[in-house]
Amino acid sequence: MFAEYSASELTAIFAMQGFAGLILFSVLVLMALGLAIIFGQMGVINMAHGEFMILGAYITYLTSNVFAEYLPSLFVGYFFVAMVLAFGVTFLLGMAVEWGLIRFLYKRPLDTLLATWGLSLILQQLYRTIFGAREVGVSLPDWMMGSYALTDIIEVPINGIFVMILTLVIALSVYWLMYRSGWGRQVRAVVQNRPMASAVGINTEKVDRVTFGLGCGIAGIAGSAFTMVGSTGPTSGQLYIVDTFLVVVFGGAQSLLGTIASAFSISQAQSTMEFFLSGSMAKVLTLLFVVGILMLRPQGLFAMKIRH
Amino acid sequence: MKTQSGIKTKVSGLLKKLALPLAISLATYSQAHAADVNTTGLAVTEDTVKVGILHSVTGTMAISETGSVQAEKLAIEQINAMGGVLGRKIEYVQEDGASDWPTFAEKSKKLLVNDKVAAVFGCWTSASRKAVLPVFEQYNGMLYYPTFYEGLEQSPNVIYTGQEATQQILAGIDWLVKNKGAEKFFLLGSDYIWPRTSNKIARKHIQKLGLKVVGEEYYPLGHTQFNSVINKIKLKKPDVIYAIVVGGSNVAFYKQLKAAGIDMTKEKPLVLTISVTEDEILGIGGENIEGAYAAMKYFQSIENKNNESFVSAFKKRWGDDIVIGDVTQAAYLGPWLWKAAVEKAGSFDIDKVRAASPGIELTTAPEGYVRIHENHHLWSKTRIGHAQADGQYDIVYETDELMEPNPFPKGYQ
Repeated sequence: MFAEYSASELTAIFAMQGFAGLILFSVLVLMALGLAIIFGQMGVINMAHGEFMILGAYITYLTSNVFAEYLPSLFVGYFFVAMVLAFGVTFLLGMAVEWGLIRFLYKRPLDTLLATWGLSLILQQLYRTIFGAREVGVSLPDWMMGSYALTDIIEVPINGIFVMILTLVIALSVYWLMYRSGWGRQVRAVVQNRPMASAVGINTEKVDRVTFGLGCGIAGIAGSAFTMVGSTGPTSGQLYIVDTFLVVVFGGAQSLLGTIASAFSISQAQSTMEFFLSGSMAKVLTLLFVVGILMLRPQGLFAMKIRH
Repeated sequence: MKTQSGIKTKVSGLLKKLALPLAISLATYSQAHAADVNTTGLAVTEDTVKVGILHSVTGTMAISETGSVQAEKLAIEQINAMGGVLGRKIEYVQEDGASDWPTFAEKSKKLLVNDKVAAVFGCWTSASRKAVLPVFEQYNGMLYYPTFYEGLEQSPNVIYTGQEATQQILAGIDWLVKNKGAEKFFLLGSDYIWPRTSNKIARKHIQKLGLKVVGEEYYPLGHTQFNSVINKIKLKKPDVIYAIVVGGSNVAFYKQLKAAGIDMTKEKPLVLTISVTEDEILGIGGENIEGAYAAMKYFQSIENKNNESFVSAFKKRWGDDIVIGDVTQAAYLGPWLWKAAVEKAGSFDIDKVRAASPGIELTTAPEGYVRIHENHHLWSKTRIGHAQADGQYDIVYETDELMEPNPFPKGYQ
């Protein structure tokens, strides 16, 4: 399978595929980080995660329309406004959902699966009613659609770099929030021992609500970013949910570092195999690889040591 | 057993006694000639005839099938405005297949057995068609199926109003080879039956012309990361990227193709697709697919009288922002072809309609002119469209003659 390429081509292939893998890695991290916070830290199975992403995408679509209509001169920068709005709206909706639905189910994790599954169907129908069943196209400012040529074969898409930087910023912010801020300490305390955290004066209800909102908000940003590469329709969110859970479970549900490590190994494996095998076969092999490792390490790549 | 048969004789005796007065009262109620045009108990009265519309209006396929439903309703409304079929207004019963193939089968049975519809217009994916096929054959119904598809099928109970694979593929490749000097092809598709079969036919044809296929790739439905295959395409330097990616994946594919520096408005590599209609471009964005070629029988931009009035009627009925793609037009043909066959047969009976169908022609078709072949597919022209930034196709070529449908191409399977 390597024989048909020359040595210099092979170098280029591995460089290009490595880069494609990095883009995929960023996408997976963006998808999974929000879920990892909700699933890993709170133990809530959020089946509506994909729909929160799509909400972010629709908000980006609306923002782009508003800018194109009323502020065409500022269109080049609308994407940043759209991302902030996407975060804000999904964050608030997430908090509302936690208040109206999730908080009654903390002791019944499997029921959160059903409740959020129902929520995802409701949201899908809502999108269909508001935006129609057809997919909508989000137009991007020209500067985001170009590419940067490194050599005559290797060209780096600008939106790929954009997603990578965005992922880096978000991953660092989440790291800082969870491990360096006072609020993060409260979250971790609540996760480890809820009654004790409550006893020392932490408002666990508020921590839960904000954490859930944060997870949803990150999904919203991810959805906004994906309008650069993917499609936006009422049911597009479902495409992401399986991959997202795969990344989180493979990484070890309670570890954010695990999520990143898992996204990295899955994306690089997938991207390298995609080049030499067919796309479907690469996906199958990646799944087998994940299943194999999970059989050896059921707790995922990184398990947090906590006392049960 | 004995008592059962006893009851049966009693019942049948009762029926026999009642039969004559029943028949007389029925006849006076609905006048004699309702029976003439309908001897098989279809839902036909003196003033109305019932048909079915069976598409997904929910689930993942709703995106694609909405246009078909709109087209079928428009055709039915127009036929009614002209006085209906054999003097009867068409009423429709709409069922939702919900993007779920068993549901399609169940709903088609409901339409045929409970509603006794005289024809059904519906289905989109091959999977849904395969699911309803045994039902239509068992209960002898008539299905008008609008989507271009892979071929390898022919049923007495189905009229295929879209193109089968050879009609769509061969002319497109021939045109590229002749006019653009294409020699190396890269085949790409979503991973299911239609793209795989279509690519098989394309590959055979390319090899027959003495040209080369330099790559063939499939990705799962809904796949959104095409960076790897785009890298491969860059390395293999094909003249033509022959893409049969379906649904939402198209959005990802074309956006990433453009972002990776492949300029489709230049001569190399060219992109030829048979799966992106004006509908999909709405999601992709015209600026992201500008320059690609598509091989289909219908584009909204076809210039003729029929299409002009079709497009304006469609927009008047369903909104100015709407676009019309190939399948939508093929769905629009269904009710008209059925009307013509019923009128030729002088009856709604399925067997008579079927017998009358081959040779039915439609000079009012938006695509120009079509005729039903003995194999229940349509003779139609194939056209090449050149995608523009405004989301419409410029038609750069059309076959001189109607292409004969050939669902079982020899040497191409």
